Amino acid sequence: MAQFTLRVNDETREVDVAPETPLLYVLRNELGLTATRYGCGKAQCGACMVVMDGEATPSCVVPVVAAAEQPILTLEGLADGDRLDPLQQAFIDEQAVQCGFCITGMIMSAHALLERTPRPSRAAIKQALASNLCGCGTHRRIVNAVERAAERRSA
Amino acid sequence: MNTPTLSRRHFLQGAGALLVGFNFAGGPLALAARTVEPRAAIDKPLGTDRVHAWLAVTDDGRVIVYSGKVELGTGVETALRQIVADALAVHFDTTEIVQGDTALTPDQGYTAGSKTIQQGGARLRAAAATARGLLLAKAADRLDVASSRLVAADGEIRVDGDKSRVLRYADLIDEAGFDAPVDSDAEAPEARRFVGRSVPRVDIPDKVAGRFNYLQDLRLADMWHARVVRPPTTGTVRTPAVASIDRDSVGKNVEIVQRGAFVAVAAATEWAAMQAADDLSVQWADLEPMPDADTPFAAFDAAAGTGRVSAEAGDVEAALGDGDDVLSAEYDWPFQIHDSIGPSCALADVREDSATIWSATQGVYPLRSALADLLDRDERAVRVIYVEGSGCYGHNGADDVAADAALVSQAIGRPVRLQWSRADEHGWAPKGPAMRMQLRGRVKDGRVAAWAFENLTPSHLTRPGGGAGARNVLAGNLVHGTHASDRYVGGDRNAPADYRFDAYRVSTRWVDVADALLRCSALRTLGAIQNSFANESFIDELAAAAERDPVAFRLDHLDDPRARAVIETVADRAGWQARVSPQRREDSAPTPRTGRGMAFARYENEFAYVAVVAEVEVSDGDGIRVRRVVVAHDCGLIVNPDGLENQIEGNVMQAVGRTLKEAVTWDRTGVTSLDWAGYPILTFPEMPEVEIALIDRPDQPSTGAGEPASVPIPAAIANAVFDATGQRLRAVPLRWNGSA
Repeated sequence: MAQFTLRVNDETREVDVAPETPLLYVLRNELGLTATRYGCGKAQCGACMVVMDGEATPSCVVPVVAAAEQPILTLEGLADGDRLDPLQQAFIDEQAVQCGFCITGMIMSAHALLERTPRPSRAAIKQALASNLCGCGTHRRIVNAVERAAERRSA
Repeated sequence: MNTPTLSRRHFLQGAGALLVGFNFAGGPLALAARTVEPRAAIDKPLGTDRVHAWLAVTDDGRVIVYSGKVELGTGVETALRQIVADALAVHFDTTEIVQGDTALTPDQGYTAGSKTIQQGGARLRAAAATARGLLLAKAADRLDVASSRLVAADGEIRVDGDKSRVLRYADLIDEAGFDAPVDSDAEAPEARRFVGRSVPRVDIPDKVAGRFNYLQDLRLADMWHARVVRPPTTGTVRTPAVASIDRDSVGKNVEIVQRGAFVAVAAATEWAAMQAADDLSVQWADLEPMPDADTPFAAFDAAAGTGRVSAEAGDVEAALGDGDDVLSAEYDWPFQIHDSIGPSCALADVREDSATIWSATQGVYPLRSALADLLDRDERAVRVIYVEGSGCYGHNGADDVAADAALVSQAIGRPVRLQWSRADEHGWAPKGPAMRMQLRGRVKDGRVAAWAFENLTPSHLTRPGGGAGARNVLAGNLVHGTHASDRYVGGDRNAPADYRFDAYRVSTRWVDVADALLRCSALRTLGAIQNSFANESFIDELAAAAERDPVAFRLDHLDDPRARAVIETVADRAGWQARVSPQRREDSAPTPRTGRGMAFARYENEFAYVAVVAEVEVSDGDGIRVRRVVVAHDCGLIVNPDGLENQIEGNVMQAVGRTLKEAVTWDRTGVTSLDWAGYPILTFPEMPEVEIALIDRPDQPSTGAGEPASVPIPAAIANAVFDATGQRLRAVPLRWNGSA
């Protein structure tokens, strides 16, 4: 076990865990941030996506030792108090959820995209979500939600 | 954590009253610490024939709906509340649902088969309409007016035209209560206030805000984390025995659980449990249960009996004749898995005199029967509580992992959270069966003169329940060396085509569980998607042989006006140009080549009608791409149009992936496709655009929509590829190998 300092959602948190523990389990089990979810453990599905240092990053393959001191954003940190981020609101407006297990990853990947490219094309949105899997088949609504959020953010 | 008390004593005086004045402290789950305790088991009836088994009105005016049908991520929680709100004449916002709890909700079997709105909704509507009638009668008595002068709305009953004379529902329920039978003919009010509207789904805000707790997110006080260690024969029906376990291969703070071939580890932290599962050294007896073959069909063929005829008319062999105009074709479908993004998980707290299991099961009662047998407990001492997990498209690992967790908790004497790995889910969760469909047919004078269908299929149902006990959970098989019980279900679903033929025969050759090679069970549509792939491809082959337009050819064999309506609607919406397939093209035509294909099915030959048109591009470089899918859908009265469209889109996307990409791979030992690289599913860059035409039938009962739109998709794609290229692909996943 070892001490690490994590910068998650603009807060500094100390954890005492084995250094090779993937960030995913530290977020979920040590910090109680369970919106970041286990899907495959191999960076193949996107369910565990967080934004780390501005990049959409699958937290299941990042050891905590490599995440220390990096700015990390999880879904819980996206809203401003009770006010949802435009991206979250767009997912509600488009009813872009079926089971929703993948939705955290969709929103975090889209957030990183929109920070980088405020008005992406539909093809660019699909490409940015290429490594996020959705089993329920909510693809069209998810792309619509990201398009709507991009419009709202740049309005 | 307090053990829930399962005896239903002394909770409420006036047991049997419709009014139950209890308070759900903390909502459905105590969210603050994400540590869950069961709701108090209350003294409430569970019999499906009594009104108060289904509904309660609290003294502050909320309506509690007790539903044995559960939210699997499809939006039924919202839709069921819409139905109750209208039938009981209360506002949608005052309703809430308690779902799937053997201590609280009636036994409605499984949430499956697109039956939640169709059956569960009808049941709740009847209970709510009965309750409304009872309340009106009581109000008439209390107010001394004819009930025809009373109006029920928003949880109140008032005298029409006299605002001063109002009674709240809660005021009308006294100690005697309404222990009344459900009148299944009780009429819901004509006026629909919430049914038919796109009421936004109640679960979505919390899901996008990161506030929603899936089963995987919950914790029990003082729990340990557990993982399973499986035999190398991944996913097979036959499994080897443990030869030896090296208990020193893991650390001292790890519990090792072994019962027969069931092996698991548990530790205080999740990461420690994961490492222990990797480190534990287990030697297994040698076993190679899989054939040395690319497909299972030779093995199935050798094992299956003769065909069981499910539909027949005329003398099909005479009508086929022995001429060279008899067309025959063979269609193959592979084993497929569930695409649940979150692997299965369960929480279990098994004690001396009680057991509580939290599960994403589709059926809390059947699972309870399996767990009671596995744990050697009385059913009444086992409580199963449903908590939503990752999306579920049938019998995935949810029941199996619940049994795993229960066994481990029983063995180590602690509450346990057991999370399956991705490889556990891909490898061991029940598969959708591989199937082969063989068709023969003949056209004469531009019509189908003979149609013969025979398929080869394992059972599509090995769920817990039906007296199978521990046999129908994986842990039971591993502990006792058994396999699931045999019930021939699902392989013949939609085996009969929906058309009118003068001479036809439809038969099924069943493969027993012992010969099915891999563990198989219900996957979205059961056998309907496979059988319709064959039927709707073959009708297209016959249309081409008859040199007829595929739409006109189908319509010539259909009388049912609702069937004709979906086909005509989809053709119109897709801009269908009547002509013969394939398109005539010069060999030098540029690629990608484009084509359109249509297919139609009525789910289970008796429920929702769906017709689709798929537009594809085929090229040597990119293979087959589905660019656009148009759907016309008639499932009777529509409860929530946007929720319905969401379900239809989901069916389309998943079925496109199943048609073009999904197939389980294996070697002699077992399944080898153990992650998303080995078993790819549809990705965003591959998604088609989808257009939907809903046909609402307010005068017709609602039928389910969770599966029907999947059914015609594969054939529509294969027919479109044929239209584009002139080549008929008959094996799923459809792969383009030829030159476009």
